[in-house]
Amino acid sequence: MEREQELQSYWISNIKYIAVLLSIWFVVSYLCGIILVDQLDAFSIAGFPVGFWFANQGAEVTFCLLILVYVRLMNRLDKKYNVFED
Amino acid sequence: MSITTWTWVLIGITFAIYILVAIRARALSTGAFYAAERTIHPVLNGMATGADWMSAASFISMAGLISFMGRDGSMYLLGWTGGYVLLAMLLAPYLRKYGKFTVPSFIGDRYYSQSARIVSLLCAIFISFTYVAGQMRGVGVVFSRFLNVPINTGVVIGMCIVFFYAVLGGMKGITYTQVAQYCVLIVAYLIPAIYISIMLTGNPIPALGFGSSISADGARLLNDSSLQGRYLLDALNGIHRDLGLAEYTSGVRPKIDVFFIVVALMVGTAGLPHVIIRFFTVPKIRDARASAGWALIFIVLLYTAAPAVAAFARTNFIKSIHNVHYADAPDWFKNWEETGLIAWVDKNDDGIMQYGPGKVFAGPPKYSGTTGHYGQAMVTNVVCNDPNELYIDQDIMVLANPEIARLPNWVVALVAAGGLAAALSTAAGLLLVIYSSISHDLMKGVLMPSMSEKGELLWARCGAAGAVVVAGLLGIFPPGFVAQVVAFAFGLAAASFFPAIIMGIFNKKTNVYGAMTGMIAGIGFTAIYIVYFKFINPGANKPDNWWLGISPEGIGTVGMLINFALLITVSKFTPEPPQEIQDLVGRLRYPVERTRGETKVTTRARSPY
Repeated sequence: MEREQELQSYWISNIKYIAVLLSIWFVVSYLCGIILVDQLDAFSIAGFPVGFWFANQGAEVTFCLLILVYVRLMNRLDKKYNVFED
Repeated sequence: MSITTWTWVLIGITFAIYILVAIRARALSTGAFYAAERTIHPVLNGMATGADWMSAASFISMAGLISFMGRDGSMYLLGWTGGYVLLAMLLAPYLRKYGKFTVPSFIGDRYYSQSARIVSLLCAIFISFTYVAGQMRGVGVVFSRFLNVPINTGVVIGMCIVFFYAVLGGMKGITYTQVAQYCVLIVAYLIPAIYISIMLTGNPIPALGFGSSISADGARLLNDSSLQGRYLLDALNGIHRDLGLAEYTSGVRPKIDVFFIVVALMVGTAGLPHVIIRFFTVPKIRDARASAGWALIFIVLLYTAAPAVAAFARTNFIKSIHNVHYADAPDWFKNWEETGLIAWVDKNDDGIMQYGPGKVFAGPPKYSGTTGHYGQAMVTNVVCNDPNELYIDQDIMVLANPEIARLPNWVVALVAAGGLAAALSTAAGLLLVIYSSISHDLMKGVLMPSMSEKGELLWARCGAAGAVVVAGLLGIFPPGFVAQVVAFAFGLAAASFFPAIIMGIFNKKTNVYGAMTGMIAGIGFTAIYIVYFKFINPGANKPDNWWLGISPEGIGTVGMLINFALLITVSKFTPEPPQEIQDLVGRLRYPVERTRGETKVTTRARSPY
């Protein structure tokens, strides 16, 4: 029964990670790249208007980082809760 | 060597590689045929997924689309990458733990229902056939443009290659050829991009180059010394303003439509069966997560270069054509004139080509076969009133880009080999979904459950052969609606599979009643909306008539929301799923239970029906 609860808290930690990472996913793509794009375009970094950059490259690169972070977090969590594979 | 010779050589070499790989990776069991024995390294699987995912459209058309849409074009970049985050976190690891071969078999088992299995297998087959028709056509188009081979001969050549490695090698053969195809296509895409980036801005990384300023050499190439030292995007915006076009970095599409399209593309990506099944081929759960990350990195390599290619090509293009006398037009212009990708109508009869806002003429160009005053190919289309004199097909931005930038012949040929790699790899992945749905889900799962391993393998090979032939026929006789139904593939994937799979994993209480009502309502709504605007009343397909301003491309998002809503509500008021299903869902949520002595994900070579 105790083990059941452990597995349950493993699942809840997983969901927390997902919630945080998907919020960032939403912010960089939908918020910065679509909803607030015109406001951000008022600023420029090098030759890029900021909103344009998020939509074209920034969000895509962040997506890669988000998955890498998730993979790392989950590998650690698998170890912690003794559910890792050999 | 000429461009044609180079093209034959490069295509010959790449095809020989694909065949060799296929012979070495023959599949002898159903496990190998459907899931490559689950032995693929996550990095290799990432590459294979990248090739699987990036189709003829990504390779040939996307940069061109972006260069005509400006900032609005970024919806494809966002929509076609964001789905991998969803895959890595919400789908891939749990489906890999489940350990079956196909998406319909997961849905059928999770919702303990043959009808759910049949609905989803019909969806899988429909989505994959709509998608594959375009790929086979793409193979034919590349052959015809670069080698002057009739389109249909090109389709047949492509069919033979795919037939060979899909029927012989199954998933195993397809995976290793896709790895080779990824290498070919990424090299073919990046080399011209890097060349052009260096020529225009001096920056060897295209993704950074298009935020840099134009170098002295670049200004010389563009024949405009005033551009030297200006940021490329600034210069391009200036060029657009002078021509009376909207600024390149501004968007004109309504935000709400862009939002819904991006959601539909992202969720559709995560729900496309040919992408999902790639994650069944890796040995471990953690490999499934990592593999999604690798896939995205390999995709983003191309996707960050695409908007750069778009901006470079656009600048180069306008500068080398606009206000130039036809007699002085560059060679590539005349080379591509007869292919239907480019045309000039001298509206003001001054012999000078002018580019501007609006349409040149109605529809795609129809050549009369005669040449005009200045030697230009004449068209018989009805000419529009707008001042624009140049018709430019979006595909030319990638296909002719190396010639526009005067790159060596072998680079031009490389683009042809890359386009073929992109089209063939996606076609193979889709065919795999079609034949595994037929042999594994329909024959073994529904019609002949007692079939032996050998019998199933035979059905799989026959299914593969049949699917290749049908796909080839669709490429040779393209139904007029191929272009219109691509929205269908994504919309349907978003409105059907995605909610059923997600809720099947994240909520133990969702049951067959909710899943069936949700899927049928989601598919029905999406299909009716698209069919109405694309087929029944195409004249009404305008923003004013769209519901809430959402285009048919984005309506899959609404279908998905309807599916979710019904799935949750109906499940609440109907009997819970049986206890063993709830336990099964519980077990999907962790990799292995070490306290019970599990150390590896059990992989059943056979599925227990």
